[in-house]
Amino acid sequence: MRFLYKTDYDQDIRLVRHSGYAFWYGLLLALLIALPWVVSDYLLDQAIFIGIYAIAGLGLMLVVGYTGLVSLGHAAFLGIGAYTEAILTARGWPFPLSVSAAVLAAASAGVIVGLPALRVRGIYLAIATIALGTIVEEILARWESVTGGNAGLSVSTPRGLFGFIGAAPGFYYLTLAIAISSTLVVLNLLRSPTGRAFVAVRDSETSARSLGIHVARTKTTAFALSAALTGLAGALYAHKIRFLSPDQFTVLQSVELLMLVFVGGVGSVHGAVLGAVFLIALPQMIAIAKDFLPPAIGGAAGLQSAVFGALIVGFVLFEPLGLYGRWVKIRHYLEMFPFYRRGTYRRVRVFQRTERNR
Amino acid sequence: MQFVQIVIGGISQGFVYGLVALGFVLIYKATEAVNFAQGELMMLGAFCGLALATWAGLPYWAVLLGSVAILAAFGFATEFVLLRPVFGEPSFSAIMVTIGLGFLARGLVTMIPGFGTDSHSLDAPFKGQVIEAGGLVIGMEHVVIIGAGLLLSATLYGLFRFTRIGIAMQAVSQNQLAAWYVGIPVRRLNGLVWALSAAVAAVAGVLLAPIAFIHANMGFIGLKAFPAAVIGGFDSLPGAIAGGLILGVIEALAGFYLPEGFKDVAASVVVLVVLAVRPHGLFGQASRKRV
Repeated sequence: MRFLYKTDYDQDIRLVRHSGYAFWYGLLLALLIALPWVVSDYLLDQAIFIGIYAIAGLGLMLVVGYTGLVSLGHAAFLGIGAYTEAILTARGWPFPLSVSAAVLAAASAGVIVGLPALRVRGIYLAIATIALGTIVEEILARWESVTGGNAGLSVSTPRGLFGFIGAAPGFYYLTLAIAISSTLVVLNLLRSPTGRAFVAVRDSETSARSLGIHVARTKTTAFALSAALTGLAGALYAHKIRFLSPDQFTVLQSVELLMLVFVGGVGSVHGAVLGAVFLIALPQMIAIAKDFLPPAIGGAAGLQSAVFGALIVGFVLFEPLGLYGRWVKIRHYLEMFPFYRRGTYRRVRVFQRTERNR
Repeated sequence: MQFVQIVIGGISQGFVYGLVALGFVLIYKATEAVNFAQGELMMLGAFCGLALATWAGLPYWAVLLGSVAILAAFGFATEFVLLRPVFGEPSFSAIMVTIGLGFLARGLVTMIPGFGTDSHSLDAPFKGQVIEAGGLVIGMEHVVIIGAGLLLSATLYGLFRFTRIGIAMQAVSQNQLAAWYVGIPVRRLNGLVWALSAAVAAVAGVLLAPIAFIHANMGFIGLKAFPAAVIGGFDSLPGAIAGGLILGVIEALAGFYLPEGFKDVAASVVVLVVLAVRPHGLFGQASRKRV
């Protein structure tokens, strides 16, 4: 077990808390950099998708996990980012410029959603985001002169960046670099006054307001930043998947992103990454499991949906803090061995107060 | 005349939305949780009815009653198994549980070969009959849905307004702890509300069966019923029906007079406007906390 002696106020907000952090995350980084030499092309593809979903998950985590606003429309931001990137790349914009434009477009959409969010909360906000998602999906399908409509839109390889990102390892490193810098941005944000305001608004709007936090502005900022990150993921997604159609950005996609955040662990940056790994690995695991199941179950069309549903329900009931919460418990058990007490992480049950005027 | 006919079509469609929205409002009003699986409950109700009609050979009205009874039991069980463990946790948990339940229900129904994978229709004794008045035509199926919608919302409104149990439910929705202190069995009431809501969903499912196909994805109508509930106010039972009506009529008119595509986004646009102008809906209660 490690004892930290605090000799400096900065220690409370330092990103690298102690040498263990430096060692393990350094090891992880080295592994990730070495990945293209170690794994097959197929697995590298999956790793790229994990990176993309991790960025989108980070964006959604800002809103859901840290600001306490439920969004069921994040697929719209993903779509806006992806389509902006695809269209601008087709017009010959270099990658850094088109990505910035995609991020800006998604962020402005986020501000527009943030506007109703100023007045409504809880379930009303969730429905407002569903509504926005539906509208964006419909626009993508109907604005055929620009988006290609339901026929879809193929995406060319990114321009600029010295042409090295066309091939698989190049694009992998690009995704990795963007994912790592997004994580650092989010971590830095969360230890800044803005990020702390997010958490304050999540825990109690009333007390946040009493502390002098501008609740409306904070929520809008959260939505804009979240949409920007998701748009960034969308831009990478466009290049990776190479073919966009509106049915990739439906409410179901939003629900999958929400599931990512929830399974990973609401309110933790680790959770976004763990959730992305989970979301990408799950269909593969189901495909593998199919071979071992009787054909009546393994071949059924609804299997994936049923497994998704069962997992969501299972996580809510048994591990509401998600994969990261489980890891925290395991780590605590190991650190305390053999003195772990069963009740340490027991869930406290309280009668729910109304959330209508929290 | 054409205009009136379109409006009538919209009204009958609106009552379908309203019936599903009633289920949302019931659960929200009493437990402050939102049931994202309401559309799937309706789908289960329709499939229950289909099973009773094809395998047990029951007549339509017996199918309706049987399906309502089965779904009520299912709703009670769902509350007991899935919702009670997350009782007292942030509403986000309840939202996720119901989303998961929706996925699970849709997946499991689709996994039944030849039953969940296909579209079915259910015959009703009044199917195909029409009422004609002054050049206007309305199908008997729609008349039944309209009647059921009015009857259910009036009954439920009466239940919440005038009976002991309904007032207890209102108390629970406002403050669970205080309700517990004054001796209201909070948990049992929540189970009862879920049973009621699932029963309403079954009514909607079985009544919808003669005019729409029964298939595993019919629960997505729940996404249309959300805007209906928001327009009427999420905590108002008559509001749910009214919201459904407004939505149905707007959709029907948009589908006829506006270019293609507007019909599908009409619900979303209306809901955003309502949220921006009157966040608590037309009939909802606004509440605000002074600091």
